[in-house]
Amino acid sequence: MSERARQLLEIADDELILGWRDSEWTGIAPFLEEDVAFSSIAQNEIGHARALYELAARELGATADELAFDRAPGEYRCSPLVELRLLDWEKTIARHYLYEEADAARLERLKQSNDPEVAGLAAKIDREETYHRLHAQMWFDRLKDEPRFTAALDELRPLLDADRGEHGPELAELWDEMTIVRRSQPAGTTW
Amino acid sequence: MVTAEQVWDALAEIPDPEIPVISLVDLGVIRDVAVDDGRVRVDFTPTFLGCPALEVMRDAMAERIRELGAEPEIHVLMDDSWSTDLITPEGREKLRASGFAPPAPRKANAPTLVQLQSNVFRCPYCGSTDTRLENIFGPTPCRSLRYCAICRQPFEQFKTI
Repeated sequence: MSERARQLLEIADDELILGWRDSEWTGIAPFLEEDVAFSSIAQNEIGHARALYELAARELGATADELAFDRAPGEYRCSPLVELRLLDWEKTIARHYLYEEADAARLERLKQSNDPEVAGLAAKIDREETYHRLHAQMWFDRLKDEPRFTAALDELRPLLDADRGEHGPELAELWDEMTIVRRSQPAGTTW
Repeated sequence: MVTAEQVWDALAEIPDPEIPVISLVDLGVIRDVAVDDGRVRVDFTPTFLGCPALEVMRDAMAERIRELGAEPEIHVLMDDSWSTDLITPEGREKLRASGFAPPAPRKANAPTLVQLQSNVFRCPYCGSTDTRLENIFGPTPCRSLRYCAICRQPFEQFKTI
């Protein structure tokens, strides 16, 4: 696999898995505004994943759905940060803040890519991510002196540099949920 | 034989599925129309990549082009060619008239939190700028929620992208 495809898959996996995790707040966030915010962010992240998988899929002779759903859980290249099922609000906000910071740096690099398709898509994604960063910043400003929040940042920050090949049992559980429709459809079904 | 102008006119009748007061042409998402011997190629870009209405819009465009007796070819561009600055003046007015505050110009830089929290956004109902940000996110990814302190009306703001 080329370096380009490897990199696209890595980002697509991050966005797909984080999108699923964010969507777990739909209906149960601490208040309605955040229910709407995390549902919207989840929708955007999964949209980004789809576009990134499509770009990788053209190179790999596959489809976006095959890349998103037909690999085994151990083959995903997402960061261990995004795969955790976080039931605490302060940890969710800490992850959101850490991820958006890291993702902003990554998008800045991709926007400079010599590959026009990669640079163009990164620039489009970045327009949307601006609002995710503003949302994360707003929460960071609100919680930055709260001990539970700073403890969550300290706990999760090392995961940004953790090995993308090592996954915990929570990714396999999510994969089961995420692929159940695809795995149960008769071969050749189109949507 | 169908002309590019006829195709543009036909596409101008297709409403945005999520904000039907504005057409795809008003939104500025039709980037190019090329007619070649009965085949019509349309370059089109989604406003947001996660837009669930993408397939609906693609099918609607193809159907209109077939009605003109031509064979459609719809290309979805995943590049950075669209910004809310491309919404036409007519489109902005249609948004405002139906209670959506049009997006602020993007200019050179991405929007900031200070900007969103400032009171430069005009209420589409009473025209006051005494409005505040309620939520960065709204019923669809392209909208934020604001509240007007003068006419006490919540309203939706089209995000600057």
